[in-house]
Amino acid sequence: MEYVLIFIAAVFVNNVVLSQFLGICPFLGVSKKVDTAMGMGAAVTFVLAIATIVTFLVQKYVLDVFGLGFMQTISFILIIAALVQMIEIILKKVSPALYQALGVFLPLITTNCCVLGVAILVIQKEYNLLESVVYAVATGIGFALALIIFAGIREQLAMTRIPEGLKGTPITLITAGLLAMAFMGFSGIV
Amino acid sequence: MEKLKSTLPNMLLSLTGISVIAGAILAVVYSATLEPIEMAKVEAVNAAIKAVTPEFDNNPSDEAYMAATSDGDSLKIYPAKKEGELVGAAIETNTMKGFSGEIKIIVGFDKAGKLLNYSVMQHAETPGLGAKMQEWFSTDKNRQSVIGRSLAEGPLAVTKDGGDVDAITAATITSRAFLEAINRAYSAYTGSDGATGATSKSDNATKEGGNENE
Amino acid sequence: MNNWKVLLNGIITENPTFVLLLGMCPTLATTSSAINGMSMGLATAFVLICSNMAISACKKIIPDMVRIPAYIVLIATFVTVVQLLMEAYLPALNASLGLYVPLIVVNCIVLGRAESFAAKNGIIASAFDGLGIGIGFTLALTLLGGVRELLGTGKLFGLTLYPEQYGSLIFVLAPGAFIALGYLIAIVNKFQKA
Repeated sequence: MEYVLIFIAAVFVNNVVLSQFLGICPFLGVSKKVDTAMGMGAAVTFVLAIATIVTFLVQKYVLDVFGLGFMQTISFILIIAALVQMIEIILKKVSPALYQALGVFLPLITTNCCVLGVAILVIQKEYNLLESVVYAVATGIGFALALIIFAGIREQLAMTRIPEGLKGTPITLITAGLLAMAFMGFSGIV
Repeated sequence: MEKLKSTLPNMLLSLTGISVIAGAILAVVYSATLEPIEMAKVEAVNAAIKAVTPEFDNNPSDEAYMAATSDGDSLKIYPAKKEGELVGAAIETNTMKGFSGEIKIIVGFDKAGKLLNYSVMQHAETPGLGAKMQEWFSTDKNRQSVIGRSLAEGPLAVTKDGGDVDAITAATITSRAFLEAINRAYSAYTGSDGATGATSKSDNATKEGGNENE
Repeated sequence: MNNWKVLLNGIITENPTFVLLLGMCPTLATTSSAINGMSMGLATAFVLICSNMAISACKKIIPDMVRIPAYIVLIATFVTVVQLLMEAYLPALNASLGLYVPLIVVNCIVLGRAESFAAKNGIIASAFDGLGIGIGFTLALTLLGGVRELLGTGKLFGLTLYPEQYGSLIFVLAPGAFIALGYLIAIVNKFQKA
């Protein structure tokens, strides 16, 4: 039950993009087409799950043990960067098909703040390992969901006539605002 | 000086060097700020204790002790004494039932269990909604203020749950969590004092609140 | 390009928020009030200046292939320094910015300037570039925070300008961040074309 709660809260109620503002850059950048949005969403979910496990273990068994809490930011970001590189290399060898699908998105993920954000958040919320993994996967799914819905809207938006001044980024942001408003409707369910 | 070439030894050397220097800088800053950070935390707690208790002349932080709540947790209690006699206490209480993350509150009661004041120490509630806790529950308007309420008459609850405290507009979850933290504080306070029989009542309330959130 | 021009470039021509559209996460997340936006901007500016100078100073000893990890280590160091200093001397501010302080590390502005400016220019010029971009970012965040605070709660920097019940709460909440920024960018675009 508790895990279901964490899951629903992370996907809908506290949606990572629309209410916590993590991962806005890829949200605005890689959301012009639904299929690229799906690829990006899958890649982020994948990296999030693995990165959260590794950073969680590092925090518990290295940083906490040696009293190096102040090295958290620096070590987490390095772990994430290294992991992304490794995943890229392994994917290329093991599953070229998957690499074809996710490859282009991987380098972008290092600077996606939702990965580092979630890694730090699960430590702050004092989750255990399993809760952390559930939270990370749910966050990834929430990210993918927001991205895919938004991409769908933008595909339609590209065909409509938009006032001159609002073309480009402004209309994108305003649309995102409306979508965030829709997601606020979920706030009562948990 | 020529720019270093990307050979393996060069790369390893330069990365290791930079990491070592970075680690050293951080260690220095960390040890230099360790004391001020501790001080800032202690000061924040002391300021909060002062704000929520009647006038005292002892040092509540020195006499602080842990007391069990009715739901099996324990909270830190800072007794406020004047001329050796207990006049009230500040209780450091918390709840995980907030909208996002932990809420920490220091709440003060007088001897009779009347809520004197409170200070929200830490929260991650939504700005503009739940984040209004500090002002909302201390503003004397309609039934939203909790200041001066006596918990000896039973635990606090929002009107939606049959209580008589107005919840923050559009932030019922935060309001419930806030009141739960206060009820917990009272249960720890009286549990340790053994004064009134309200403990069992507040126990029920916590359970009810819990069910509703699930 | 002289230093003065570098400074103005960062504030106006290449304003990170309104023109380059970088660092959107902290821009949207920490601007629920003018003062929060300003503090986030200043914290980022500090990191930018320090990291730009450090990277410019170290550029000769960092081989090309490992430059990104090296830059990240340097940036993360300064971010942690800011975090520790804030915790020690501005605990209230640290609490309200929360998670977004460590997240300065992944702010694309910082790494972007390191890569596109500091790695090619001298220490002094890099410092000015960091200062300019930092000021530009701070101004943008303060403006956005001010607009949201004013429309949402009727206050500006905590001063009440009109009663709160006439404010539209949505601007303090998540959707308002997107919408307010969208319109601000539209306005900036308009002025730039004129």
